[in-house]
Amino acid sequence: MHKTYTRLERIAGSVVAVSAGDATYRELAQITWPGGTSLAQVVRLEGGRAFLQVFAGVRGLPTDARVRFLGRPMRVPASDDMLGRVFDGAGRPRDNGPVLDEEGVDIAGPSVNPARRVIPRTMVRTGIPMIDVFNTLVESQKLPIFSIPGEPYLELLARLALQAEVDRIVLGGMGLKHDDYLYFRDTLESAGALARTVAFIHTAADPTVECLLVPDLALAVAERFALRGQRVLVLLSDMTNYADALKEVAITMEQIPSNRGYPGDLYSQLAARYEKAVDFDDAGSITILAVTTMPGDDVTHPVPDNTGYITEGQLYLRGGRIEPFGSLSRLKQLVNGTTRDDHRPLMNTMIQLYAAYRETLEKRAMGFRMSDWDGQLLRYGEGFEARLMDLDVDLPLERALDEGWDVLASCFEPTQTGLASTLIERHWPSSP
Amino acid sequence: MPNIGRIVAVSGSLITVTFKRPVVQNEVGYAMIDDLMLKAELIRVRGEYADLQVFEDTSGLFVGGQVEFTGEMLAVELGPGLLGQVVDGLQNPLFELAETSGYFLPRGRYLDPLDRERRWPFTPSAEVGDALQAGEALGSVPEGQFQHRVMVPFGLAGAWTLRELAAAGEYTVSDVIARLENERGEQREVTMLQRWPVKVPIRAYRERLRPQEPLVTKVRIVDTLFPVARGGTSCIPGPFGAGKTVLQQLMSRHAEVDVVVVAACGERAGEVVETLREFPELTDPRTGRSLMERTVIVCNTSSMPVAAREASVYTAVTLAEYYRQMGLDVLLLADSTSRWAQALREVSGRLEEIPGEEAFPAYLESVVAAFYERGGLVRLHDGTHGSVTIAGTVSPAGGNLEEPVTQATLKVVGAFHGLSRARSDARRYPAIDPLDSWSHYPGVVSKDDIAFARRLLHDGHEVDQMMKVVGEEGTGIEDFVRYLQAEYLDAAYLQQDAFDPVDGATGAERQTEVFGELVQMLRTPVALVDKDAARRFYQHLTQVTKEWNRCAWGSPEYQAARERLRGLQSEVGVDA
Repeated sequence: MHKTYTRLERIAGSVVAVSAGDATYRELAQITWPGGTSLAQVVRLEGGRAFLQVFAGVRGLPTDARVRFLGRPMRVPASDDMLGRVFDGAGRPRDNGPVLDEEGVDIAGPSVNPARRVIPRTMVRTGIPMIDVFNTLVESQKLPIFSIPGEPYLELLARLALQAEVDRIVLGGMGLKHDDYLYFRDTLESAGALARTVAFIHTAADPTVECLLVPDLALAVAERFALRGQRVLVLLSDMTNYADALKEVAITMEQIPSNRGYPGDLYSQLAARYEKAVDFDDAGSITILAVTTMPGDDVTHPVPDNTGYITEGQLYLRGGRIEPFGSLSRLKQLVNGTTRDDHRPLMNTMIQLYAAYRETLEKRAMGFRMSDWDGQLLRYGEGFEARLMDLDVDLPLERALDEGWDVLASCFEPTQTGLASTLIERHWPSSP
Repeated sequence: MPNIGRIVAVSGSLITVTFKRPVVQNEVGYAMIDDLMLKAELIRVRGEYADLQVFEDTSGLFVGGQVEFTGEMLAVELGPGLLGQVVDGLQNPLFELAETSGYFLPRGRYLDPLDRERRWPFTPSAEVGDALQAGEALGSVPEGQFQHRVMVPFGLAGAWTLRELAAAGEYTVSDVIARLENERGEQREVTMLQRWPVKVPIRAYRERLRPQEPLVTKVRIVDTLFPVARGGTSCIPGPFGAGKTVLQQLMSRHAEVDVVVVAACGERAGEVVETLREFPELTDPRTGRSLMERTVIVCNTSSMPVAAREASVYTAVTLAEYYRQMGLDVLLLADSTSRWAQALREVSGRLEEIPGEEAFPAYLESVVAAFYERGGLVRLHDGTHGSVTIAGTVSPAGGNLEEPVTQATLKVVGAFHGLSRARSDARRYPAIDPLDSWSHYPGVVSKDDIAFARRLLHDGHEVDQMMKVVGEEGTGIEDFVRYLQAEYLDAAYLQQDAFDPVDGATGAERQTEVFGELVQMLRTPVALVDKDAARRFYQHLTQVTKEWNRCAWGSPEYQAARERLRGLQSEVGVDA
């Protein structure tokens, strides 16, 4: 039987203190008062006092609120009943559906033994040529989508949720605008993709502490699915909101900030989440794509910077497109050698020519005379952007490669591309 | 009776404990939750309170809970069977742990790092009656390609006489194989297994020597321009994505050393997985045996508990020192020391110490210096040499090298291999910046040639900068050729294709030969009057040299490519 306490000795930030000698570290408690109820977690024990972080925040909390310790850490249900459901950052249903009555799994569990991981070998097909062809996503990969706030990153995430060839999607929204949440829900619902999706949504209006729980809830559920042999794609947005929530809580807890106010353990906190991406030796996998908005478009800002050190490459979203330079899937070499013989050479050639196109654009902007070659490049660049780079293009990998050959053939002679003659013979489209 | 303390506070990985009987700074204690024992290290004492950092997740600890003090500092087990192992920062063997505990790393589960059942064929080398001191050999057992020396434990101070020694035969690591006695008549039983506290350097050698002899890594830009010495130290700072880890992986494969200890400290698990899955399949070109046989992996990846991350670099360097005591050359690759420094920062923050720059603790510099000082070349008691070479990566925030960890490291290392974002963006790998990097160690090629090459690279860079302002038209042909030559040296020699089996690893003799040839060629005046012709010429030269780099050393193709190169050169060369 767990004791109940009715005297809060301190209320500050989102943390309250009670004299509770028998509390255990990280234990969960239920706080009830006339105006509401909230879960809270023990974040510090000192002397006879337990310090609790209140998930719903402390606004309106009276000092005589009832605190009941639950004797267990935070858990989340993880059965297939979760599919098609939307929950909030405290794990409560957000969709008027029933509360799931199951034991659940602990969130933020221990890390996977590296000895049980394997080198990933399977591509995740998304139907987005800039990913499939140029920055191939690999199972168990963790990739951030670096973006400035105005970019269509939510549209990109929604398309990934609809199109990615995986068994399960787990969506974690942190600090989403309510409109964005509705956009997401409606898009997935109308495309019939909600049935394979579990969503944990924290909106900007919800308490800050709940934002911190979203990645842990999403990843705990994903881990369960993966252990059952399923290929899971976790989509998170926006990790910068998550980091800002960390900052807010750390500062109210009087921790010494290290860089631009962020706590010294920002790297460890982010890594602990991203490292949940895994390919098990005899079970499923977790792949993570996480939007990270860059304040001021500055990649050296602590959040994108720490993220870059953790993840296996990055996608830059710029001007409504996945930028071909800077974007990098560090694991693509593991899979793109076995897709089709022209995949790697075509990818390299198209990017090199696109780089030349960019140089030509600069020359044109400076008023230099355009040669025939420049003219070809300009035509090529525009074709590339419209037919492959546009975010609305939805093509399977093989069709996207064919499209790439078409773009080349519409602008260049075979010899101008520098591609091997054997490949040209096999793939160069006969004159249209 | 065990020394028991009581928990009075828990905050993150830090617990505060009251105690009655004396405790020892840095001793290990176990915090208990029912049957679970969580390893912790005592890091501060104030009055009747001791602060301990717990190496595991502290969920479930409570005020009033017991902490059992052991009186011993955090130590590793040393003995035959370490090579080929994959252990965590506290020396838990991960494959064995996977067998007993499944997919995850459960807390509070500590397995014996060394197999207690395995029998090793022991050959004695000392004689009963010999006067011995710590670190001297009693005998040996074969371990992989080495004779693993069984030594007098490093912790035995003073002179000891060998009273008994086991006959040749098979023994486990816990069988007593020798009995020693000192002047005071104290007797000690010796097994093949000994324990050593990780934060104390092993000093059982005659003297430290100055590192002079190059350690060949087969990375051309390192060996030729910025060499590392056996027993020296180097650091590799660089922004994310610049290739720190790939460079270390290359070194771990190709470096000419006996043993490689990889400390994966706070980095991605995926990278460790690549090493531990691929190394058993790869053969060491020097011995023809599996690379894993000469490798130990200590991994505390970024998602594992932070306090154990700090322990992992010390565990790794202690294992390296142990094999050095056998007269072997050991390379320790630490990736990344910044994550270790961040672990120090987190603990320091919990202790509410007054922070230094960027909230790192004020003692950061001395801790970093003490770690790198554990590298070194030593003369052992039997006159043979052993070495520990340390190469650490640094992950500076925002790629800015002014930050405290990089600066603390630069003060104490002998070579600096700075990776640049500009070079990696231009796909110029390895992305070591040839202008900013430096080394204090002697290399494999002549000093004159190095000076010439650095001068050329510097000039080329100046011309390049100038051309950005005045354009190609405004640049004189002499300067332009100088620029092309610098670009040529960069493309054809400093850059290396890590995925090509021949180009990926260039031996010392080949480097001397090729670099000598290139420098001589570049020293010869050329008669090029037209910029387009000059560009075409150096493009052609680059292509031919790159092909040369891909030919097996000494093969007919190698000779042919070299002749082609000389032929090309003679077309434009001017006889002095």
